Amino acid sequence: MLKIEDLRASVDGQEILSGLNLEVKAGEVHAIMGPNGSGKSTLAQVLAGREDYEIDGGSVQFEDEDLLELSPEERAQLGIFLAFQYPVEIPGVSNTYFLKAALNSVRKARGEQELDAMDFLKLVREKVKVVELDESLMKRPVNDGFSGGEKKRNEIFHMAVLEPRLAILDETDSGLDIDALRTVANGVNSLRSPDRAFVVITHYQRLLEYIVPDVVHVIVDGQIVRTGDKELALELESKGYGWLEQAGAA
Amino acid sequence: MTTATETIEKFTEKEYEYGFVTDIEQEVLPPGLDENTVRFISAKKNEPEWLLEWRLQALRTWFEMKEPTWPNVTYEPVDYQAIHYWAAPKSDDDRPKSLDEIDPEIRRTYEKLGIPLHEQEILAGVAVDAVFDSVSVATTFREKLAELGIIFCSFSEAVHNHPDLVRQYLGTVVPRRDNFFAALNSAVFSDGSFVYIPKGVRCPMELSTYFRINALNTGQFERTLIIADEGSYVSYLEGCTAPMRDENQLHAAVVELVAHENATIKYSTVQNWYPGDKEGKGGIYNFVTKRGICEGRRSKISWTQVETGSAITWKYPSCILKGDDSVGEFYSVAVSNMRQQADTGTKMIHVGERTKSTIVSKGISAGEGQNTYRGQVKILKSAKDARNFSQCDSMLIGDQCGAHTFPYIDVQNPSAQMEHEASTSKIGEDQIFYCNQRGIDTEDAVSMIVNGFCKEVFQELPMEFAVEAQKLLEVSLEGSVG
Repeated sequence: MLKIEDLRASVDGQEILSGLNLEVKAGEVHAIMGPNGSGKSTLAQVLAGREDYEIDGGSVQFEDEDLLELSPEERAQLGIFLAFQYPVEIPGVSNTYFLKAALNSVRKARGEQELDAMDFLKLVREKVKVVELDESLMKRPVNDGFSGGEKKRNEIFHMAVLEPRLAILDETDSGLDIDALRTVANGVNSLRSPDRAFVVITHYQRLLEYIVPDVVHVIVDGQIVRTGDKELALELESKGYGWLEQAGAA
Repeated sequence: MTTATETIEKFTEKEYEYGFVTDIEQEVLPPGLDENTVRFISAKKNEPEWLLEWRLQALRTWFEMKEPTWPNVTYEPVDYQAIHYWAAPKSDDDRPKSLDEIDPEIRRTYEKLGIPLHEQEILAGVAVDAVFDSVSVATTFREKLAELGIIFCSFSEAVHNHPDLVRQYLGTVVPRRDNFFAALNSAVFSDGSFVYIPKGVRCPMELSTYFRINALNTGQFERTLIIADEGSYVSYLEGCTAPMRDENQLHAAVVELVAHENATIKYSTVQNWYPGDKEGKGGIYNFVTKRGICEGRRSKISWTQVETGSAITWKYPSCILKGDDSVGEFYSVAVSNMRQQADTGTKMIHVGERTKSTIVSKGISAGEGQNTYRGQVKILKSAKDARNFSQCDSMLIGDQCGAHTFPYIDVQNPSAQMEHEASTSKIGEDQIFYCNQRGIDTEDAVSMIVNGFCKEVFQELPMEFAVEAQKLLEVSLEGSVG
């Protein structure tokens, strides 16, 4: 589904991704771990198409598309979803209105019929249960005045409505208490399916107790230095990243 | 993928010109302004002696006045002696024959705004055959209104048919010597609207441009007078969302509102005049004086404006809250894109006791636009327990525009309660990227974010106007962000 080869990216002349390789198949959940500043979030942003990053080399293939040639909205319409580490507030625009516009632009791009208000509301009622989101948040402006936990759950809710092919979760667990973490994880687990893949970026092994990954990668200095199964995450938890950073440097 | 900068550049290069070159022989007075000009206009309109005298007095005042320089706008000096102050209505031969002769860019805008073909023709000044629907519609409505005693007609008609009312109220809210442009208007005003709502009557429909579409060619010096007698209500809609055809660069209108005891006047404007080309050339200068007086107790005047057009906007719809417990409101969205400059706001003068005013101003600057909010809240000694709430928010799109806020507050009675909130925000790359990532393209994202920003004002507009205003904002800001 997703094939990244020798990807190099920089911001303001500073290289952050230095030849990264990653392959994700449909139905898989990949966890990406690594110390601060290793390039985890950059990877997420580059995949979603953020313009601030310069692509210096390599390729990203999504299905049959050359992802790097596409605009952020085209990528979203293809089914790439990024759950933001810091969800953005849009005052005055209701969450429902925003999501309906998003869903319909995605449906339109796929040649599907746009949903009318009634059908959309029905869908929302169904999906809002998945993340145990208070329905009143639907009427409030997008993320405006939401608590940290509400923002993260709102991201998962957007994901549930948009039903992406590839979902990238950028430190969705950061700042969540254990109950919120469980809710978010349940939301993700309920969306797992054979034709959908997840890339879960996280700092801590904790989230992976709830979202069990098929593959765990460790990223250091913009490269994947180690790949393993979920046991690797546990190993990292006890040993830290230090031994891998040295290995990466060697 | 285009970067924001590229798209902004692309946009600023996009020409938005009025494509119809006019080479029209009109019945024109030679350019220039003196007493003879005023006499000529007054005679052409067959006006009574008192009105001619009134105009001449205004002209003499105007000669003594200087053009104001305090607004935060810059423009080439206007040569007032080079302007034509009278042009007879055009004959059909001089007009475009069909919409095919109209600039495709303008037609595209009409289509985007969803303006019916027929109205497009009227707006573009196309010569249409004798009687068209809207005129007969307008006549029907006017008859219906007349049954209720409501007078709704052109200013010229009012001068002839209701001279006492005109004479009683003309210039009572905006005196001739109020300011340079008001004096000029008083001397040479062309035409406009007159509304009188009798005691206790609630006007059953919005009095809108649509109904006075036959009075479109009111010219550059428009004069409007609306009187709401005791206990009456009227909602008046001015302007049009479509870019209007107009060769006159200088517009100096005067609007006067009078609300008697327990009366309410709601005045909504959507202004979308030609803003000029990318260099800022050729756009309309819109220097308007709008003021209402809440004469009676518990009267209310509410101004709502959406200003997206004109090269220069200089406009401060104001309320004099004279009656005790009277209420003044001002809700405004002003957009400056390309090289547009807007200096707009309001004045709330509290005279009566327990008078209350609300100001909500939303300024949006894009391209190289400059947007200034200028507002004055004055609480006189007599205004015991007066209250004001002001909120001024500015939004910047791109990095070459500007937003400025000048709130003046003058409180002479210590019992007043004043609240002022102000904010400036930039449409963030973050917000746009977030929308993009959810599949929403940049144009839609900008209009969504901007509409969210203006929500409080749009809520004040009559329903169908609000929908049009949202579309208008979309079109006005098209391409302003990449």
